Amino acid sequence: MNAEIRPIRTPAEQALAASIEAARDRLPGAGEIKKLREAAGKAFVESGLPHRRVEEWKYTDLRALMRDAAPLASPPDKKAIEQAKKHNPFPGVEALRLVLVNGVFVSELSELASLEKGLTIVPLAKALAEGNKLTQRIGELQPDTYDAALSLNTAFLNDGVLIEIADGTKLAKPIHIVNFHSGSTPASTYARSLIVAGEDSQATVIESFAGPEKVAYQTSSAMELHVADKASFDLIRLQAEGSAALHLSTLLAKIGSDAKFALHPVTQGAAVSRYSVTLRFAGKNIEARFAGATLLRGKQHADTTMVIDHMMPHGTSRELMKSALDGESRGVFQGRINVRHGAQKTDARMATHALMLTDTAESDNKPELEIFADDVQCGHGATSGAIDENLLFYFLARGIPRKEAEALLIQSFVAEPLEMIAHEGVRGVMLARVEDWLRARG
Amino acid sequence: MSKLLEVKNLHAEVGGKKILNGLDLSVEEGKVHAIMGPNGSGKSTLSYILAGKPRYEVTEGSVKFLGQDLLALPPDERAAKGLFLAFQYPMEIPGVASMIFLRTAVNSVRKKRGEAELSTPDFLRLVREKASDLKIDQEMLKRAVNVGFSGGEKKRNEILQMALLEPKLCVLDETDSGLDIDALKVVAEGVNELRSKKRSFVVITHYQRLLNHIVPDVVHVMAKGKIVKTGGPELAKELEAKGYAAFEQAA
Repeated sequence: MNAEIRPIRTPAEQALAASIEAARDRLPGAGEIKKLREAAGKAFVESGLPHRRVEEWKYTDLRALMRDAAPLASPPDKKAIEQAKKHNPFPGVEALRLVLVNGVFVSELSELASLEKGLTIVPLAKALAEGNKLTQRIGELQPDTYDAALSLNTAFLNDGVLIEIADGTKLAKPIHIVNFHSGSTPASTYARSLIVAGEDSQATVIESFAGPEKVAYQTSSAMELHVADKASFDLIRLQAEGSAALHLSTLLAKIGSDAKFALHPVTQGAAVSRYSVTLRFAGKNIEARFAGATLLRGKQHADTTMVIDHMMPHGTSRELMKSALDGESRGVFQGRINVRHGAQKTDARMATHALMLTDTAESDNKPELEIFADDVQCGHGATSGAIDENLLFYFLARGIPRKEAEALLIQSFVAEPLEMIAHEGVRGVMLARVEDWLRARG
Repeated sequence: MSKLLEVKNLHAEVGGKKILNGLDLSVEEGKVHAIMGPNGSGKSTLSYILAGKPRYEVTEGSVKFLGQDLLALPPDERAAKGLFLAFQYPMEIPGVASMIFLRTAVNSVRKKRGEAELSTPDFLRLVREKASDLKIDQEMLKRAVNVGFSGGEKKRNEILQMALLEPKLCVLDETDSGLDIDALKVVAEGVNELRSKKRSFVVITHYQRLLNHIVPDVVHVMAKGKIVKTGGPELAKELEAKGYAAFEQAA
C-alpha cells in the first residue's frame, strides 16, 4: 500500500503559496521570465520554507522563525516617497542614487537623467514590459543547491534595477541602490537586480536596506552580478532594516579572469536576517575579498552564508567576518570554500571571529573547505570569545571607565574588515555607524 | 609627614593560592620606595592588588590611599585618585590608536578629578612635549597601542602615560626588565623628571641596577609575601652582594 505523503503546511507557507498563485498573471514580463517565475514558484510551493533539517538552514530555521507571510506591499504613496527622499544612510558620500520604495523603482527619486558615459540603468519593471534584452540574463546564475529564499524572490520577480557598465568604463561615482520600506502594517517586498560589469570596467556599488521600527515587514532581495575579465568591482552593503523586519537576501556573482572583487556586508538591522552569497571564480588570477561585520543586540538573529567557488587556477580569496553579539542575539556564519579540480595555485583564507558581549548571546560558525586540487593553500580559522579581561584592565588602570573601554575594544575589533573598504567616504560612514551602535549600547 | 599609602597586614590570593602573607608598607608623600625580592615573593601581586586587577583577592588586611579605603574602589577610580601602575608587560591593543587611547585616558581622569577636558590642540601639544622628553618618536604614536613596539618602546610608553596622567603614587613593576642600558637610562630619567615633593614611587625590581639611576629613599626586601627588611639605599647594595637567600630563610 502506498502511503500518500501530505506535508503539513505552516500558515506562512500556505499564505505564500496563495500569494504566488494570485500574483501569477499580474506580474510583468512574458516568455522566459514568466517560465522562470513559475518554475521558482512551483519549486517553492513543493519544498516549503527551509527548516533546521535542511543543512544550509540548520542555524536559521526559517519555518519556525517566519510565522506569517505578510501580504504584498502596495505601491508607495506620496508620503512613502517623501520619506524615502529624505532617507540617506550615506551622508556626505556623493553617489548616483537609485531608489526602490517597497520594492518598486521610483524614477522621480533616482538620478537617471545624466548618467556617466558607458553606464546603462533600466528599472526592471520597465525592462520587463519593454522586453529589454538584458532581462534575458536574469536567472543565468544559480546557487549550488536549491535555495528557498532565492526561489521566493524569483517567484515574485517584478521590479528592481538592471545596471550595465560598458567595457572599459571606469565610474567616477559609486552607484547607491537604496532599498527603503515604508508603512505601518506588515507587508512584503521583493526586489531583484542584475549588474553586468564589462571588461576592464571599474565600479563601486552600495546597497542599503532600511525601514520602520517595530513593523514586522518582510524584505526579499536578490542580485545577480557578472564581473567580466579585468574588471574591478566593489560591493558594499548596509543592512539596517527596522527592528521587527525579516530580511532575506541573495547574491550570486560570477567573476572573470584577472578581475578584482570586494564585498563588504554590514549587518545591523532586522529581527531575523539572512544574506546568502555565492561567488564563482570563473576565470584565472582573480583577487577577491569578503570582509564584513555584524552587530546584533536584543534577540536579533543574523545569518551570513557564503560559498566561494574556486573553479579556475591562480585565484586568491580572503574572507574576514567579525561580529559583536550583545543581549540574546544570535550570529550565524557559514562559509564554504570550494576548490575544484584544476583550480591549482588557489590561495584562500577564511577567518570568522565573534565577540560575545553577554553570556546569553550565541554564535554559530561553520567554516568548510572542499578541495579537489593538490597544489593549493587554503585555511580557515574561527573564534568566539568574550572581551579579554586583561586588555580591559589595562584601560581601567589608565582611568578609562569600563563602558568606554569596552566600546573602544569592540570598535577596534569590528573595525578591521571595515577599514578594508576602499572608498573613503563609505568607509567613514560604516565606521561611524559602529560608533553609533556602541553609543546606543549605553 | 603625611602618609600617602598605608598597607596593613595584607593577605591576598590568586586562584586559591596564597601569595601575600601579612604585608605592611607605608609610603610618605614625595618619597621613592624600592621593593626588591626574588621571583615569586609576591612583588607583582602587590602591584596588581594596588591597581585592582580582577581575580586578585584580598583575604585580610587593608590598604589606605590618601586616607581612603583603596580596595573599595574600581580600578578606573583608583587611577583617577592618583594611583598609576606601570606594567611589567604592557598590553598590545590592536586596532586602538595610541593617541585615542592616551586622550581617552587623560580626559577620563581629568573629568573624574573635576578638571576640564583638554582640547585637541592642547592635548597634542602636551603629548608632543612629554613624548620628546622620553625620546618617543611621533611615528610610534600613530600606531595602535604598543603594537609592534620593542620592549624598550613599551616601557617608555608606560612612562609617557604616567607623565600625562599626573599621578600621586606611581608603582613601577619591574620596569627595568627587558631593557638594555640605554633604554634603562631614558626610562630612569623620565621617572626622575617626574619626582616631586607631591609624588611618590614604589619601584619594584629584582636588580640593584635600576636603583643606580632611580635612587630610592627607602629600600624594602620582600620574601614569601611580606616585607622582611627595610633600610636605606645601602640595603640594595647589600642585597646585590649577598643575594636573597639569607632573607628568604629569615621569612
